[in-house]
Amino acid sequence: MDITFLLNGESVELRGVSPTVTLLDWLRETRGLTGTKEGCNEGDCGACTVMVTDESGARPLNACILFLPQLHGKAIRTVEGIAGPDGSLHPVQQAMIEHHGSQCGFCTPGFIVSMACAHLNGDTNHDDALAGNLCRCTGYAPIIRAAEAAEKAPVPFWMNDVPPAAEGATAPTDAASPDVHAPETSDALAELYARHPNATLIAGATDVGLWVTKQMRDLPEVIFLNRCRDLQSVEVSDTTIRIGAGVTMDSVLTLMREHHPSFAEMVRRYGSAQVRAAATIGGNIANGSPIGDNPPALVALGATLHLRFRETHREMPLEDFYIDYGKQDRHPGEFVEAVSFPRQPNRLRVYKLSKRFDQDISAVCGAFNIIVDDGVVSSARVAFGGMAGIPKRAIHVEQALIGQRWTDEALIAAWEAWHKDFTPMSDMRASADYRLTTARNMLSRYLLEDLGADVSVLEVTP
Amino acid sequence: MSIAKPLPHDAAKLHVTGAARYLDDIALPANTLHLAFGLASIAAGRVTSMALDAARAAPGVVAVMTAADLPTDCDCSPSAHDEPLLSDGTVHYLGQPLFLVAAETHLQARRAVRLAQVQYDKAEPILTIEEALAANARFEDGPIVWERGAAEAAIASAARQISGQIEMGAQEHFYLEGQSALALPQEGGDMVVHASTQHPTEIQHKVAHALGIPMHGVRVETRRMGGGFGGKESQGNALAIACAVVASTTRRPAKMRYDRDDDFLITGKRHDFRIDYHVGFDPAGRIAGITFRHYTRCGWAQDLSLPVADRAMLHADNAYYLPAVRIESHRLRTNTQSATAFRGFGGPQGMLGIERVMDHIAYDLGYDPLQVRRANYYGATGRGGLSAPRLPEASPSEGISEPEKRQTTPFGQPVEDFILHEMTDRLAETAAYEQRRAAVAAWNAANPVLKRGLALTPVKFGISFTLTHLNQAGALVHVYQDGSVHMNHGGTEMGQGLFQKVAQVAASRFGVPLEAVKITATDTAKVPNTSATAASSGSDLNGMAVREACDTIRARMADHLALLYQSTPDAVTFGDGQVIIGDETLSFARAAQLCYEGRVSLSSTGFYKTPKVEWDRIKGQGRPFFYFAYGAACSEVVIDTMTGEYRILRADILHDCGASLNPALDLGQIEGGYVQGAGWLTTEELVWDEAGHLRTHAPSTYKIPACADRPDIFNVALWDGENREETIYRSKAVGEPPFMHGISVLMALSDAVAASGDGYPSLDAPATPERVLKAIRSLRNEL
Repeated sequence: MDITFLLNGESVELRGVSPTVTLLDWLRETRGLTGTKEGCNEGDCGACTVMVTDESGARPLNACILFLPQLHGKAIRTVEGIAGPDGSLHPVQQAMIEHHGSQCGFCTPGFIVSMACAHLNGDTNHDDALAGNLCRCTGYAPIIRAAEAAEKAPVPFWMNDVPPAAEGATAPTDAASPDVHAPETSDALAELYARHPNATLIAGATDVGLWVTKQMRDLPEVIFLNRCRDLQSVEVSDTTIRIGAGVTMDSVLTLMREHHPSFAEMVRRYGSAQVRAAATIGGNIANGSPIGDNPPALVALGATLHLRFRETHREMPLEDFYIDYGKQDRHPGEFVEAVSFPRQPNRLRVYKLSKRFDQDISAVCGAFNIIVDDGVVSSARVAFGGMAGIPKRAIHVEQALIGQRWTDEALIAAWEAWHKDFTPMSDMRASADYRLTTARNMLSRYLLEDLGADVSVLEVTP
Repeated sequence: MSIAKPLPHDAAKLHVTGAARYLDDIALPANTLHLAFGLASIAAGRVTSMALDAARAAPGVVAVMTAADLPTDCDCSPSAHDEPLLSDGTVHYLGQPLFLVAAETHLQARRAVRLAQVQYDKAEPILTIEEALAANARFEDGPIVWERGAAEAAIASAARQISGQIEMGAQEHFYLEGQSALALPQEGGDMVVHASTQHPTEIQHKVAHALGIPMHGVRVETRRMGGGFGGKESQGNALAIACAVVASTTRRPAKMRYDRDDDFLITGKRHDFRIDYHVGFDPAGRIAGITFRHYTRCGWAQDLSLPVADRAMLHADNAYYLPAVRIESHRLRTNTQSATAFRGFGGPQGMLGIERVMDHIAYDLGYDPLQVRRANYYGATGRGGLSAPRLPEASPSEGISEPEKRQTTPFGQPVEDFILHEMTDRLAETAAYEQRRAAVAAWNAANPVLKRGLALTPVKFGISFTLTHLNQAGALVHVYQDGSVHMNHGGTEMGQGLFQKVAQVAASRFGVPLEAVKITATDTAKVPNTSATAASSGSDLNGMAVREACDTIRARMADHLALLYQSTPDAVTFGDGQVIIGDETLSFARAAQLCYEGRVSLSSTGFYKTPKVEWDRIKGQGRPFFYFAYGAACSEVVIDTMTGEYRILRADILHDCGASLNPALDLGQIEGGYVQGAGWLTTEELVWDEAGHLRTHAPSTYKIPACADRPDIFNVALWDGENREETIYRSKAVGEPPFMHGISVLMALSDAVAASGDGYPSLDAPATPERVLKAIRSLRNEL
């Protein structure tokens, strides 16, 4: 595969690129740019953070789980490109020195890139911008002081990358590597995937990346989805919100802030800025993980899944897609095109429970959408992640709630139904007992929140 | 004078530009081999067969070695010669290296490892404390016991008694830079090794042993580590030995770095502990007698477990006088990773035991825990900070007529500078402890779901290696004829800022700007026989050794310049980049030039050994520590009683660094130590399954604190005293002591849980949301 991109302001053309070489390995081993570090090789520590700019702007990404073909037509800036061409330091670099933000220094390049990217975008929510960068030495306080100190400094001129795509890049050529594809439209994708149903679809590679870096799997045939622009649109009509499968989670976050803030808060926590910028909602749905956080929230919203095989479009309630652990109702060559859900009054609450608030996989993720009319539950949609082998709707709980007065009576009425809906397992994230107990308690939390009680430790100020 | 200035880390600019070079960044010779270990997939048993042909045939593979292919036994142990590089057929833990692959690239080596087919004859692994006790699987013959007085009798005759138990989990170091080593074969069979290690001399020693050559044939160099925290004191031995053996066999350079998951699975972690306690106390909460039983899982090999368990015993008192005490320590052998050094080295575990006891006594009596802590403090010594308020008899417990009697540790060392009364008073005032105690109670009364908790805990941490002979250091300093200074010492840089502190010492001795001093990589050929950079000792030991070297050169220069300018050596002064000899003023560079021309040696070694320390670990008596470092922390948390989730709202810390060599670097150690300590006791949970498989082996499943987990309000101040002992510029060690401020977080969580029900919470660590909820439900009789 032949690709072109901009690296620290210089044009780079690569021929015959293997589709599963990561940007990190290429930078360090081929290009000799060793400032970008490998900390975990799975997208959880941020030591390999690079800034990638395309027509939608600049965002931080984890280079360790980013395949080179995903970068075609984009502009990349590594830590070596954060200081100016004459060596003058970027304001965040200067501030990090002055505020003693580095100790061992190994995480520092990743922090610098995340900070410079947030600085460029005018993002001053530092805790959020840096949630995906782990530091073991400083306790973070001096890093935040540095980020705050640099807020007002102007963006250095060299930071405004213009990606080559804006100057008319074409698709990466694949003549020499027939098993690698990067279609430009969903029509082309539909045709390709029908012909190559065993190919691995790669959207953001936040999961597939680990198949390569951790499981050392060979991917004989791959189809990169990131050039299918028509999969990346969000349509909001009077009645429906439809999100294309290729929409990244940072776009979902922005969208949901307006419609369902609790959904947005879950998205904010479920992945760091680096992960949200790469991961797609379609990937999270299609992956079928029992601990994915989007499916329960979407199921609670009454979402419909849109699948496509060639010209055949199929729709189903999202919950029906999940048949069993690792098994989805998807035919060979069929792919997730979009997910949609009805516009509705915002009654959705998503409660994500994990050991750490930020960038942690849920032990339990509960989504509740309960409508109350005249003090009585008129409709209830409740779904969970982490409680079964699949993202699962709590049908018995829902039925028990409907018709109940929206008080403790409803909780009592639903008490036994939880056992009918769920028999969770114990693992390193939580015990079965904890899962079931907290799932129940989440319903209490929903009620208490309705009654105006303070129920979130995240909203308590000292 | 560069001392006491808040200068940035010496490599700060290199860090922020990505130019700081770590081991994995070193440009390699073209023919370098890359290594990977094949790991055991069972926790105990025998290997019955290893089919390695597919691995040998894999692309890029140059060699596959098993224990039978090694030239010697290639032992990796820092203590007991019980860690073969590759399994001899017996499997001791899941993750133990069985074979190694050398390939042309790192990825090829990792891929080839997966092609091996290993068959086992499985045995039942010993994984838990209970299983180890049942099997009497332990290091040393039986438990170690140290005692003073008749503890059980004192407990029995005390007004009140309680007993309890606390479990505290292990902790993964999670240095951001994984373990790595590079061996470059030299002429005549010599070997140069680059290692990411806190202990270059140990690497040199172990590599020389593995190669069967004298130590002079091996040179080890370490410029910096991307974090160590104790995890690179002994855990890098295996990689360095593997690289050296492959390099020696193939005559090609060899490099090895662990993938993160391998790093978790192979290397040791902090020792987990269970501590049982039985205590008797008077109505004021003052302890009359106490017994502790320490149980710790040491893993499969001895490594540093004995001194770690010793140090836990040595901190069983923390800041409290224990009139009658018995400490029994069980060092258990389990089929898990060999637990190793980690910041605090057992001290945090021992300390957490007594802090739990303080909390429990307070609950039993219905007192504020701080009142009970103060009542049990060692006697005040009246050596407060320079600007400490001279409180009338700070707050020694009432009725103590002879404070000197409350001044000796269980192991017989007098506590000569107990400043915690004054420090606690100051912190309680600046943190508004009393007002917030009332505010927390009021808030809790008004909030049914969320509860706050508050705690203030002290730290008294002993400084020195308990293995007395390790308390030595060497340095090598050159002054060049242009006045520039080359500085080298045995300490290693892992982020703590040691190199900068020691450079400040050198610059100060010569009176030159810091830029005149070149910091250089630790190198066993420059300074031999060094101790690990550990036990917080780095700047104490190496600062003094460098001072000694500088002063030797300075004295030679003064002698010569005095002769030259017909003055006396004591009239020669060094400062502001100049040397003043009577009426004559020279630049330091000119002075160096003159000395060179006068044929004066401008190079010197320096050597230091810590005075006063002596220790009998069998009896548990002596003076293991040169001095103590002190501190206190106050944490406030909020918990959710429906899920167990929590956050740290505020932390106030007052810490004693003596006369700080560099307040900025010291503050960094304190802030970072607190968050790392809080992580140990909260979200950092290592989970082994029933087969002995560590299920949390990457940052996806093992959660160290992230940015937003630090306290919303985070006030850190340095105590403004100086060390009563003659340390380098009267400073105090700071690497480990602040880690234990994290204990205040667990105690604050316990306080919040106590507000959620009836009874004493007995909250174990790590206090994950699940454990917090369990403690709440237990108090509410919901379990």
